[in-house]
Amino acid sequence: MNQDFVNTLLLTGRLASWTTVILFIIGFPIAYLLAYKRFFLKAVVEALISMPLVLPPTVLGFYMLVAYSPQNAFGRFLAEHFNTRLAFSFEGVLIASVLFSLPFMIQPLQNGLTSIPKSFRETAYTLGKSEFTTFIRVLIPNMIPSIITATAMTFAHCIGEFGVVIMVGGNMPGETRVASIAIYDEVQALNYQTANQYSFILFIISLLILTLIYSMNGKKKIFF
Amino acid sequence: MLKIDIQRSMLTSEGKTDLKVCSEIQSNELLCLFGHSGAGKTTLLRILAGLTTPDKGRIVFNDTVWYDSEKKINVPPQKRNVGYMFQDYALFPNMTVEKNISFAQKEKNKEEVDKLLTLFDLGTLRNQHPPKLSGGQKQRVALARALAAKPNLLLLDEPLSALDFDMRLALQHEIRKAHEVLNTITLMVSHDLQEVFHLASSVIMLRNGTVIKEGKTADVFSQATECKSRMEYLSL
Repeated sequence: MNQDFVNTLLLTGRLASWTTVILFIIGFPIAYLLAYKRFFLKAVVEALISMPLVLPPTVLGFYMLVAYSPQNAFGRFLAEHFNTRLAFSFEGVLIASVLFSLPFMIQPLQNGLTSIPKSFRETAYTLGKSEFTTFIRVLIPNMIPSIITATAMTFAHCIGEFGVVIMVGGNMPGETRVASIAIYDEVQALNYQTANQYSFILFIISLLILTLIYSMNGKKKIFF
Repeated sequence: MLKIDIQRSMLTSEGKTDLKVCSEIQSNELLCLFGHSGAGKTTLLRILAGLTTPDKGRIVFNDTVWYDSEKKINVPPQKRNVGYMFQDYALFPNMTVEKNISFAQKEKNKEEVDKLLTLFDLGTLRNQHPPKLSGGQKQRVALARALAAKPNLLLLDEPLSALDFDMRLALQHEIRKAHEVLNTITLMVSHDLQEVFHLASSVIMLRNGTVIKEGKTADVFSQATECKSRMEYLSL
């Protein structure tokens, strides 16, 4: 197995892992707000988060490229203050990947939170527990299948991501060339054997992750 | 003493109506909120716990103002120290019986937990998780947990409604026990006359959000009025 092949798979894993970790940290508070709080323009926020489910990845990729450009405010700010350009870099792909995977993390978490009876939270409040303690001690332990679904779906979706990565990151080995792009590239070069190796690994990983998620549905009670 | 003078709009099956309650409840009273579904019993209980905010009015418990719409005071549920038992008992499935009870304690005290487990005959179930318990056992755990927080006020929302007749009779005794242990005010929602007679020292009867009768149980359901009350109740 050549070094390029390994590097591409490691980069794919690195992008998916970072995206999942970042989304887990920012996704939980957002899911909590959407599940339990009422606020102005909530429907718009929910719609924006769900957009990647219906939007072509190239649309988001295009707008990310526009935003990263030093000719625009965000890109100029990064260039002037941090001497950084995000287009065609791993960090740029990571930010786009986080945005594009938002619904895969937030929706299962939000569903998990809303499926917990309201009386659980309210009982904890009457017992003097803060919202944070209730969240850590009561809500999280009672939504473990949803947490596993959210993280696994995000990771799996990220591994399969193509459109956003190629728009924002291009095809730079070791920096932005993930497995899904490598497959396209190898097929273009009529290098079917390597394309098949990549494809088979992605196929197996995705199958394993989805099998794990579906096996959760039947085993919710194993945790208690 | 608990002084209630509140108003809150609510949506019932018969449309929008106002819950208006103005009452004083004496210390150590075991009071029953009696009335048909949609009369406002649970809403009143939730208002007292701080889980629902009234539109206006005032709630004072032993000289502490819990709610005052004019002075914009609204003490959150965490600071009211009430024991609230939901109809579904709301036992946390991730914790054992013992953990459910100790979770409620402000300061961990294993002896107290053991005492409550013995008091409600839960010793053998201490390591069980709630989904494995029967309805009656769940009710006893929920009562023990409510007591573990040493609440100022015990609020029970139809605590026996999910149980069969024999179990109801047996667990009425547990409720009385809980009330006596706490030595404070207990408010219990019920629409079962037998339960009210057996347990409550006084009654607030609600209809469509309005108090139609209140006082000592015997007076509210006295010979002269009982028939009328029953008729009123049945005709609702």
